[in-house]
Amino acid sequence: MTAPPPDSRRARAGGRRRTGAGVPAPLLVPAVLGVAFLVLPLLGLLVRTPWSSVGEQLAAPGVGQALRLSLLCATLATLLSLFLGVPLAWVLARSSVRWRGVLRALVTVPLVLPPVVGGVALFLVLGRKGLIGSWLDEAFGITIPFTTTAVVIAETFVAMPFLVISVEGALRAADTRFEDVAATLGAGRWTTFRRVTLPLVAPGVGAGAVLCWARALGEFGATITFAGNYPGTTQTMPLAVYLALQNEPEAAIVLSLVLLAVSLATLLLLRDRWLGRSGTTL
Amino acid sequence: MTLQARIQVQRGTLAVSAAFDVGGGEVLALLGPNGAGKSTLVRVLAGLLRPDEGRVAVDGAVWDAPGWHVPAHERSLGMVFQDALLFPHLSIADNVSFGLRTRGVGRQARHATAAEWLARVGLEGLGHARPAELSGGQAQRAALARALAVEPAVLLLDEPLSALDARTRLTVRAELRRHLGDFPGSTVLVTHDPVDAMALADRVVVVEDGRIVQAGTPDEVNRRPRTDYVARLVGLSLLAGTGEGRAVRLDGGGVVAVAEETSGPVFAAVRPESVALYLARPEGSPRNVWPARLTGATPHGATVRCELAGEVPLVADVTATAFAELGLVPGAEVWATVKAAEVAVYAR
Amino acid sequence: MRLRTLPLALVLLVTAACGGEADAPGAPAGAAEAATDPSGGAGLTGTLTVFAAASLTDVFEDLGERLEGENPGLAVQFNFAGSSALATQITQGAPADVFASANQSQMTVVTDAGLESADPEVFTENVLEIAVPPDNPGEVTGLADFAREELALAVCAPAVPCGAAAEDVFGIAGVTPLPDTLEEDVRAALTKVELGEVDAALVYASDVASAGDAVEGIGFPEAEEAVNEYPVCVLTEAPNPEAAEAFVELVLSDEGQQALEDAGFRAPSA
Repeated sequence: MTAPPPDSRRARAGGRRRTGAGVPAPLLVPAVLGVAFLVLPLLGLLVRTPWSSVGEQLAAPGVGQALRLSLLCATLATLLSLFLGVPLAWVLARSSVRWRGVLRALVTVPLVLPPVVGGVALFLVLGRKGLIGSWLDEAFGITIPFTTTAVVIAETFVAMPFLVISVEGALRAADTRFEDVAATLGAGRWTTFRRVTLPLVAPGVGAGAVLCWARALGEFGATITFAGNYPGTTQTMPLAVYLALQNEPEAAIVLSLVLLAVSLATLLLLRDRWLGRSGTTL
Repeated sequence: MTLQARIQVQRGTLAVSAAFDVGGGEVLALLGPNGAGKSTLVRVLAGLLRPDEGRVAVDGAVWDAPGWHVPAHERSLGMVFQDALLFPHLSIADNVSFGLRTRGVGRQARHATAAEWLARVGLEGLGHARPAELSGGQAQRAALARALAVEPAVLLLDEPLSALDARTRLTVRAELRRHLGDFPGSTVLVTHDPVDAMALADRVVVVEDGRIVQAGTPDEVNRRPRTDYVARLVGLSLLAGTGEGRAVRLDGGGVVAVAEETSGPVFAAVRPESVALYLARPEGSPRNVWPARLTGATPHGATVRCELAGEVPLVADVTATAFAELGLVPGAEVWATVKAAEVAVYAR
Repeated sequence: MRLRTLPLALVLLVTAACGGEADAPGAPAGAAEAATDPSGGAGLTGTLTVFAAASLTDVFEDLGERLEGENPGLAVQFNFAGSSALATQITQGAPADVFASANQSQMTVVTDAGLESADPEVFTENVLEIAVPPDNPGEVTGLADFAREELALAVCAPAVPCGAAAEDVFGIAGVTPLPDTLEEDVRAALTKVELGEVDAALVYASDVASAGDAVEGIGFPEAEEAVNEYPVCVLTEAPNPEAAEAFVELVLSDEGQQALEDAGFRAPSA
């Protein structure tokens, strides 16, 4: 990110032409295989979808409820992740906190932890007998497990690292000299963060939020463990899909398709709305 | 308005130590090679870097002192960087009014000031443009407007022209000179280009290896360089020696005849165009004749700059025609002569 | 892995296979066959692959080691999973010798496909029990407590076997349960009791036994109305039919029955 070239528009157009000129075979073949690998299972779902009964399956009473709950919880989990994760990413990328390496490793723990274990871990902290949960229960009569709040917490636990890592990468790639400029223009660190740093890394934050939302939407293990499964309060789509798979595989496919369609539509819409301009992030 | 700076700061292996004052309306150039510590000094002035020791004060307001540090955003300053560094997410007008906004200036007033400054730097009508739509010269003008819009006490220019192409640099330099003339505060210009320093500064401070090696007016520095670096920058061959009447016995061996009486440690400076080259030892009696070997030749417009090695290392400018007629090639043995009256001599 | 063994394809083909044919419950006595049992050991070689319901993990691993001990040339491999997943894999041609299901319906999936070499036999039974944390904080005494709103309660989801059984017993007892969560499998329900996060969960007696001191089991009379029968059979495609027979005999033997009883199962009643 240095000074823009004399005519950056022309330079950019030139760049686009170059990339279109042809993909080298060593890249093209794995790329095509990669796409096939990702798309074929989806195709499989479509092929096996019992189209004649789709309407009936969708009209089943629990479906809309589970879908609404999924979207609500994934969105709340993303907002919570943004609220906690962006400052955390800043600390990891910018501050000179000691133990930063350890901190970064800890942040990625939920990525490697089997989600079910994550759910158990949440019990140990926020459950009725948990470190904080028992105090919440005694002092305020608040119990978190088996509530919609628990779903949001479980999804946040699993999905937030995606946001943190994405935002931290964007912060590291961002030119810190812009922050120097802001300081010389009278902006304190907080103002600089809001008016300069955050807008500069907005594409990274957007991409991280989308990843986070997608991960939260598909979350199963931690949710079913920590929040349980009850229609209307904690049964999200992935849980409904899993249970349908036990005795109604066709319904499971339809539910999966609904989840896929809704998430794809949301992502495409978002990309056009506010990630479109920065282009490369999604 | 006076900026007073006494700065000591360690950057890696480089110990930077410098002291200078800049008066109101004065432009001080920090001239020196890359890595000499110029930018470190200006970062300290800006408050982006805390000095290890020293004191920075403006009109009695202390910015840095032992145990005392005013952060960058609380200093009354404007800064222009090598790359314009316009905030890419803001329009040009919003860039220019950024400093006003952080200082709590109202929206109306901000817009008016921004428009006024854009007009002053020749960017009328570009307020709504994005930084990416501007040329390099336009961007640097906008960056200058952004720095000056807050009417700072101190203006810091860190290599403001070096990212521009030669033609743009010429015009932006001329404009910058005009704006600096109108600016009532103290200006510190960091540059490695002597032309910038000569054209823009009232005083030049030469920094090498973290230390000030020479300070003076541009004319003084230009005519009487005190280090090889400055001499090379201003296109002079600098010869250190000891004055002995109308001769200077050089530290590196050899004697240079000069026109005036000197004594003690002196510099003898020779302009390249006053050096003449011959293939054979010239007849007559020029008092300064030295054998030399051509080590390098670079075309400079109509002349060729020849670097000479020998007892007395010199740089000679000869016309391209003469260069061709003499049939000079690197490694050629030549005779170099300089008239005694063409040698400037001054105390070390 | 062959393409057609992709899990999704599996599921679909299984459902397609659930066509006609009536139930063929495994009733008749295993006693006659068990009598011919001690086949002299030492004779069995190769690899024996047993597909068994996850609840049998501890007992069968123990029995497998015993069989290996008697037959040094034999290696016993287990694939423990949910019975429906196992049935799916078997009908898709997974190379299994023995299938031990946690219920009749998944065994039916296999017999409908004609993959049993002899009629399946019920080798053990499991009944529901109420699992509570050791100090029984909710003071749960019977099924009726599942209607107490102030308690945190876990019941299996109706879609999974333990949930279906739970629905039956609640129906018989005339209790409308108010669970906080419908668990995806019985282990998950048990885990929540072990963690003390629920006051009670409806699980199988074998699960209570496997949890040791971490949970207490409370029996209730209605459990007799929803007894879960575990059938086992040797498969037609068995790569190692002799070893498969020997394993089934071991399971049906007194030794096997004792091991099952120790693990919280009980002998088949019929």
